[in-house]
Amino acid sequence: MINSKYDILIAGVGGQGTVLASRLIAAAAIKQGSFARTSETIGMSQRGGCVVSHVRINSEKSGSIIPFNTADMLIGFELAEVARNMQRLSKEGCCIINTQVIKPVSASLGASQYDIEGITKYIEDNSKEIYFIDGYDIAKEAGSVKAVNVVLLGAATAVGKMPFSKEVMLEAIVENVPQKFRELNEKAFVMGYDFISTTQSK
Amino acid sequence: MSKKLLMGNEAIAFGAIRAGVNVVTGYPGTPSTEVLETIAHNNPGDLYVEWSVNEKSAMEIAAGAAYSGARTMVTMKQVGLNVAADPLMTLAYIGVKGGMVILVADDPGPFSSQTEQDTRHFAKFSNLPVLDPSTPEEAYEMVQYAFELSELVKLPVFLRPTTRVCHACATIDVDDGRISNKPEGFVKDLNWVIFPNLSYRKHIHIEKLQDELSDIFSKLKFNQVYGKGRLGVAVSGVAYTYVTEAVEKLKADIKVFKAGTPYPLPKDKAEEFLSGLDEVLVFEELDPVLEEELTLYCAANKKNVNILGKKTHHLPCAGEYTFELVYSALAKFIGVEIAEGEKAEIPALPTRAPVLCAGCPHRASFYATKVALKGQKAVFSGDIGCYTLGNAKPLDMVDTCLCMGAGITVAQGIHRTQPDTKNVAFVGDSTFFHTGIPGIINAVYNNTDITVIILDNSTTAMTGHQPHPGIGKTMMNSISNKIDIYSVVKACGVGHITKGNPLDFKNAVELIKQAVEFNGPSVVIFEAPCIALFKPTELYEVNENCKNCKRCINTIGCPAISIMDGEVKIEPSLCYGCGLCTNVCPFNAIRRCEK
Repeated sequence: MINSKYDILIAGVGGQGTVLASRLIAAAAIKQGSFARTSETIGMSQRGGCVVSHVRINSEKSGSIIPFNTADMLIGFELAEVARNMQRLSKEGCCIINTQVIKPVSASLGASQYDIEGITKYIEDNSKEIYFIDGYDIAKEAGSVKAVNVVLLGAATAVGKMPFSKEVMLEAIVENVPQKFRELNEKAFVMGYDFISTTQSK
Repeated sequence: MSKKLLMGNEAIAFGAIRAGVNVVTGYPGTPSTEVLETIAHNNPGDLYVEWSVNEKSAMEIAAGAAYSGARTMVTMKQVGLNVAADPLMTLAYIGVKGGMVILVADDPGPFSSQTEQDTRHFAKFSNLPVLDPSTPEEAYEMVQYAFELSELVKLPVFLRPTTRVCHACATIDVDDGRISNKPEGFVKDLNWVIFPNLSYRKHIHIEKLQDELSDIFSKLKFNQVYGKGRLGVAVSGVAYTYVTEAVEKLKADIKVFKAGTPYPLPKDKAEEFLSGLDEVLVFEELDPVLEEELTLYCAANKKNVNILGKKTHHLPCAGEYTFELVYSALAKFIGVEIAEGEKAEIPALPTRAPVLCAGCPHRASFYATKVALKGQKAVFSGDIGCYTLGNAKPLDMVDTCLCMGAGITVAQGIHRTQPDTKNVAFVGDSTFFHTGIPGIINAVYNNTDITVIILDNSTTAMTGHQPHPGIGKTMMNSISNKIDIYSVVKACGVGHITKGNPLDFKNAVELIKQAVEFNGPSVVIFEAPCIALFKPTELYEVNENCKNCKRCINTIGCPAISIMDGEVKIEPSLCYGCGLCTNVCPFNAIRRCEK
């Protein structure tokens, strides 16, 4: 398991903490002795734009971008952004989805539409293994909506497919967040983990 | 040694520190910025780091230090190199003593740039060697070698990563040791003074050096030839990672030339690659630099090998390359058919273009200008920075954008052709210092009736909040005298200058009206900090007075305001408490609340 190649895609909106989430997964992989690569969108849209992070584990001979139809896991921080990136997920891949909707200005202005039902149906029709989670509410309950990224990391770890253990993931989080937010992040991680452990997929 | 997950830019920084770099200068520009920042944050103590006012200054400071025997690095993005082109071209003749690395990050795509220009052309243009890393780990090694090479040939050396190297992370074994390099100081010599006679001799010298460089490069580990067959693939930069992945997936029997040094061409290596081949496909992002070099080599050496690539329309001439693009081009090249998987129709998705942040003071400045000039014929010239995003609807306040500092001068040009139009230029604080000042001097000197609105948010926001001369902080953590924008504008001779807070909305509109009415160059300085510099203490919420007229949404386009379940709502996790929305609501339906 430790030496197997594993590709994780993280999709969301600038400001949700997707980049940090990708770094934490990579840190956990390195802790376990694996080689990790990541690639992400930086610049131009500080907040509010589309952000995609690619994490590739045991990928010495690969590029940093996950090709189409090959990602093992997709962690979606925002509903529409999941749909936008579904093409990279493999047919056997699993999908952890934060049900939170962040409407862009274009949708508020009526220049584009945000069809929640249509988007949800598309996601359900095109993935075998899906876990929906209200990360925003869980993070709020854990102490801050800013912890939504760690809630989702907990949820993704609970699926049990990443090439490292729950303990290693949690250690990587604790070591890489500022001291004063450790307790909050630990709580957020466990809440996300427990939510998936006790829920069926799809 | 320690294993670290490093971004390409961080890897370059750690590599440079390891190589004993003494002086690092630069101007922020995506995707290059984190190189200088990482060096500043990991300064072992004996290293000088500065953000210069522009790339030309940065290049000249790095050159001066390198004349004195220091190892130096100057960092910028590809369009920044245009600003530094003047010193660059002469520096290639003068040369250096201490190793000098010119780090220029290119942006295929582009993701955040005005152009897709290829720095490898500048290498060719200036006759300077260029190293083109394919991964962050290779960039870490290349930057260390670049200093050695620079000292060996006494020329500056280009390191040219692209976005997918700069902003990708990889697991890297970082050597914590450091080469010690003590500069001996400047030694006077006529060779430091460019004169026509010297430049003639230097031109001969640098041309001759190209063959030497080619020989050095042919023995370099960054250039490799492997594989077999009558078909070959030559590749430069990050496209190499797509090629390795595609070759593996296709199980292709093919000869590969990984060119880590696209200019000058390593001729012996090229010969080793080309011998026995019928056809070559060249993969490289941006321009066909390697492709042209190989074509020239074949022509000059009477080699009957077909070189295919951008020139022959086998590959696209613009945009970022991807695994999919490389995979299908390679499959076609080796004659393998690939099955297209059936794909489900994606539903219509909302477009999510980058916008000004919720609470951004620029939104208020743009909206105040719009209100002040309502009903008048006006052109709004924008510039480079976050505020370029003022072009988005509903603000729609950026009619032109060319390059750093050009908003002020473009406005002057438009004024000369249609004097009946009000010409307003926007410039940010960092851009003002970069190249804005000469434009203002020009307007005063030629008495051109324009209004310049300086959007001073106390930082260089777009690239990630770097300090500049108006902040009074340096990258060496020292406090310096702030350069006061008002005083500089006054010293330039502008006849009408005012200053205000754009969030004090009524006053802001009044200041713009006065400035635009003034006959001659006028300046309004709007001061309010970027939202990344503070935490909000109060927020706004929609109350029962709301008639759902959506004027707040349709006039200012704040991302924190949206319609949820049919009602206008302000998302508390996004609101920054700027209160601009209260100025547009006709029903007093937006009220302040505690955070």
